[in-house]
Amino acid sequence: MSKKIKKEARVISQRMLSEGIYDMWLETPIAKDVKAGQFVGVYPVNKATLLPRPISICEVDTEKSAIRLVYRVVGSGTAEFALYQPDDYIMILGPLGNGFPLDKAAGKRAVVIGGGIGVPPLLETAKRLSAMDGSDKPASVSAVMGYRNSDTFLSDEFLNFAKLFIASEDGSVGTKGNVIDAMKACDVPCDVIFACGPMPMLKGISAFARERGIKAYLSLEERMACGVGACLGCVCKTKSVDEHSHVNNARICTDGPVFDADDLDL
Amino acid sequence: MNTAVEIAGVKFKNPVMTASGTFGSGMEYADFVDLNKLGAVVTKGVASVPWPGNPVPRVTEVYGGMLNAIGLQNPGIDVFIERDLKFLESYDTGVIVNVCGKTVEEYLEVVERLGEEKRVDMLEINVSCPNVKEGAIAFGQNKDALFDITSRIKKVAKQPIIMKLSPNVTSISEMAKAAEAAGADAISLINTITGMKIDIHKRKFALANKTGGMSGPAIKPVAVRMVYEASHAVKIPVIGMGGIATGEDAIEFIMAGATAVAVGAMNFHDPYATENVLNGIIEYMERYKVEDINELRGIV
Repeated sequence: MSKKIKKEARVISQRMLSEGIYDMWLETPIAKDVKAGQFVGVYPVNKATLLPRPISICEVDTEKSAIRLVYRVVGSGTAEFALYQPDDYIMILGPLGNGFPLDKAAGKRAVVIGGGIGVPPLLETAKRLSAMDGSDKPASVSAVMGYRNSDTFLSDEFLNFAKLFIASEDGSVGTKGNVIDAMKACDVPCDVIFACGPMPMLKGISAFARERGIKAYLSLEERMACGVGACLGCVCKTKSVDEHSHVNNARICTDGPVFDADDLDL
Repeated sequence: MNTAVEIAGVKFKNPVMTASGTFGSGMEYADFVDLNKLGAVVTKGVASVPWPGNPVPRVTEVYGGMLNAIGLQNPGIDVFIERDLKFLESYDTGVIVNVCGKTVEEYLEVVERLGEEKRVDMLEINVSCPNVKEGAIAFGQNKDALFDITSRIKKVAKQPIIMKLSPNVTSISEMAKAAEAAGADAISLINTITGMKIDIHKRKFALANKTGGMSGPAIKPVAVRMVYEASHAVKIPVIGMGGIATGEDAIEFIMAGATAVAVGAMNFHDPYATENVLNGIIEYMERYKVEDINELRGIV
């Protein structure tokens, strides 16, 4: 695994992508080692805050040594990040976590599934899957993105890398319902799933995949402190014995955030 | 310039240690910090068997700090000796193993197992974790229970023992005296302060355990006061901790009476925190022409 560092990154650009969702490009040496599905810890400057905010990496530009973060403002920390301007510097820690096992898509019909603020890390995942060649190349790449309403942020960018399917809870765009409804309604070709989103969605995907004998790799989220595997704050229940404590409680920040759905006790 | 300190006959190259539970056994931080530079690595609490810990959420941020209710998840003594102690063997740093248990017998089992381990310089006995239902703090909030467990552990321990005290008591001096009277070689304090946070939007407790231990810079004044009181109540050395973020903070604890200091929650903020604290201590000593760190102890 690549070495983790804590270092200031230069803000290249920042814009509001949609209501409350921000899109920031950062120049950082971390970019050269990033895997799809990894994340960074981002530090607010406010001295009253202690912990880095885990934010998934949406896209990587290795030529410019840059990473893209698409995040939702949920509290004072992320509200502070939203104020950053080009050429400001922001402290980040990374790359963190394991990332998606893209090799599992070789020769398979791959589907990336994102829900809400779980959508961003799937963009780099779809991009890398579509760029694979030779024996690693997936038979097809589809993207199924779930939203609450017509605010389908980032979805158009998947068109460059995948066949796109959209689900919206209010039915304003694509299939009315959730990502599983869209999978079924559109008969999305699927042998392997890479997914990130809210827990009810991940549980649904896990059940969907199990019924059909499909492999699914799920990216989880939990309250974190250290981000590097020391504090044991962000654990999830696993069926197999975890590597660290041998108690079926794996660390999401280091053993994950991506887990084989078959190994999770959701 | 001398930064070395001595506790119960054990020499440490400098007073900077890691607070148990915030640094694993050093493995996770070896990417960031040269462990050889630290006075000691104080490991995460280890029990006789693996402990699964508490349900999530286990951590939450509060103003100037955090609350945790990990519940002492740990792999148990077998894996700890096989993996963690082996890892530490390659480093030239002090090794202090934090020991936890639900009953006195469980503590004794771990202490006895560690007696054979040459790499272990000292034992820190966790009688102050606020996040487990049995053991731990139950022994640390009553001076008779503390005296009893301390004396029983002291009888079987091959290494010197440090009793880690809880701030969640009426008189820290009484507890420090009980530990000393029972034969403790040193005391360390403070463990976290019991706290609570409610998520008003979800109308739920922020932690699954409802309460958690508060740590971080916000608790530092409480910790300095308790280190001052404890170190004036006993003759055995005191290891001070609680919100240490900088070299200046560490100096404050030393002036309050601590022989060594430990960096805790700040490791989560900054994985380089331990090394930065050490550098800050050295800068202070250079600035004020302090020849020996031990000159500053209890100077106020």
